[in-house]
Amino acid sequence: MSTVEERVKKIVCEQLGVKESEVQNTSSFVEDLGADSLDTVELVMALEEEFETEIPDEEAEKLGTVQDAIDYIVAHT
Amino acid sequence: MIGDMSKRRVVITGMGMLSPVGNDVTSSWEAIRAGRSGIGLIDRFDASEYTTRIGGAVKDLDIEPWLSSKEARKLDAFIHYGLIAAQQAVDDSGLEQYSKLDKERVGIAIGSGIGGLEYIEKNVLQMDKAGPRKVSPFFVPASVINMISGNAAIRFGYKGPNIAIVTACTTGTHNIGYAARTIAYGDADVMLAGGSEMATTRSGVAAFSSARALSTRNDEPEKASRPWDRDRDGFVLSDGAGVVVLEELEHARARGATIYGEVIGFGMSDDAHHITAPPADGEGAARSMRNAIRDAGISPDLVGYINAHGTSTQVGDVAEVAAVKSVFGSHAEKLAMSSTKSMTGHLLGAAGAVEAIFSVLAVRDGVLPPTINLDHPDEGCDLDFVAHKSRDADVKVALSNSFGFGGTNGTLIVSRYEG
Repeated sequence: MSTVEERVKKIVCEQLGVKESEVQNTSSFVEDLGADSLDTVELVMALEEEFETEIPDEEAEKLGTVQDAIDYIVAHT
Repeated sequence: MIGDMSKRRVVITGMGMLSPVGNDVTSSWEAIRAGRSGIGLIDRFDASEYTTRIGGAVKDLDIEPWLSSKEARKLDAFIHYGLIAAQQAVDDSGLEQYSKLDKERVGIAIGSGIGGLEYIEKNVLQMDKAGPRKVSPFFVPASVINMISGNAAIRFGYKGPNIAIVTACTTGTHNIGYAARTIAYGDADVMLAGGSEMATTRSGVAAFSSARALSTRNDEPEKASRPWDRDRDGFVLSDGAGVVVLEELEHARARGATIYGEVIGFGMSDDAHHITAPPADGEGAARSMRNAIRDAGISPDLVGYINAHGTSTQVGDVAEVAAVKSVFGSHAEKLAMSSTKSMTGHLLGAAGAVEAIFSVLAVRDGVLPPTINLDHPDEGCDLDFVAHKSRDADVKVALSNSFGFGGTNGTLIVSRYEG
């Protein structure tokens, strides 16, 4: 079974079309990984599906980096 | 006369195509000349419950060299096809190597008949299952029709007129005709123009089946599209895209471009008759052809080849023959008219674009494409349809027809370019 970190990074790679080696925990979705506002919405939808959870919009807006997403998932699932 | 009413000349300097008979212009044209069908069993979805289980798919396409996976995921397949054909056309034209290209004078007119049906289906099913929050933020930009033109503008940096005309099966023809006018009138020097379609989806095939428009010759897919044959039973739904680079003649000459042919005439009309069927006498089609001939300023007997709309439907095929007879009189017996849809099937909004390309190649190479499967011409279908096999002929002027739902008609006339 993969860890939350591995699963989050895999989804980030798929959604944003980046290589695994480019994705660090500190990577910002917008500034480092080239996401635009629509990409981040779909990324959150993909995380919701993977982890069978619902991320409210006000929480989703705070998820700026890969680590933010990992922390949120760990705390809420 | 007020102002300068002389028209600027428009030539074709680049071509791109994905079709059921090939994933570029060269291989598609080779298949057409050889009379090969591109029709087969539908494998994009499980069609086992459908009355029609055949279609013309784009086969073995590797998207990776053309579009990044991130880009591809956010676009419906009809946009993939349109962008790939556009890239092929631009590469073919050599425009990107022309250092003096003024990108504000380059525009785009690439449409689609139906648009992002597959993306729409996927999202609506997801919404039905899991609620409105599961609709993708890319739903609209991935599926609306002007997004081939929009994405192509971003890709190439072309900042001129950007449009996508939507007129069902006349889409490709109207976009090319309009783009040629845009150049002739002086609003742009170069236009990418054409159409794209990927409608062989679950709902697309179901809808055309319900309308009883499709052939059900499921056991002989390659024989299903048989324009003017007495045993025809509807059209074959196909996918693909065609894009041409149109260019003002002096602009093309200045950069030493390869010129494939010239767009000399464009005409339009409407039947004002019925939402899907033409009148039996093809009166609207005839007016469209007359308008194009008048625009070209040629005598009708200069037309040596007609690439027909010829979809293999009962009413449409006969009406087009009647229309040609009324426009050309005794010359109708001398000219050749074929339907490349006998091999490609019907690409809807892309049809006019791929057929304009086949028409240009017919006059460039002096080859008449065949109508395959025409074993027993139906009553009243007595023109030279170039049955079964292509043949050489010194044709210099070709006319291409497209007719669409809503009774909308379009006709392009192209000629060989001889310096």
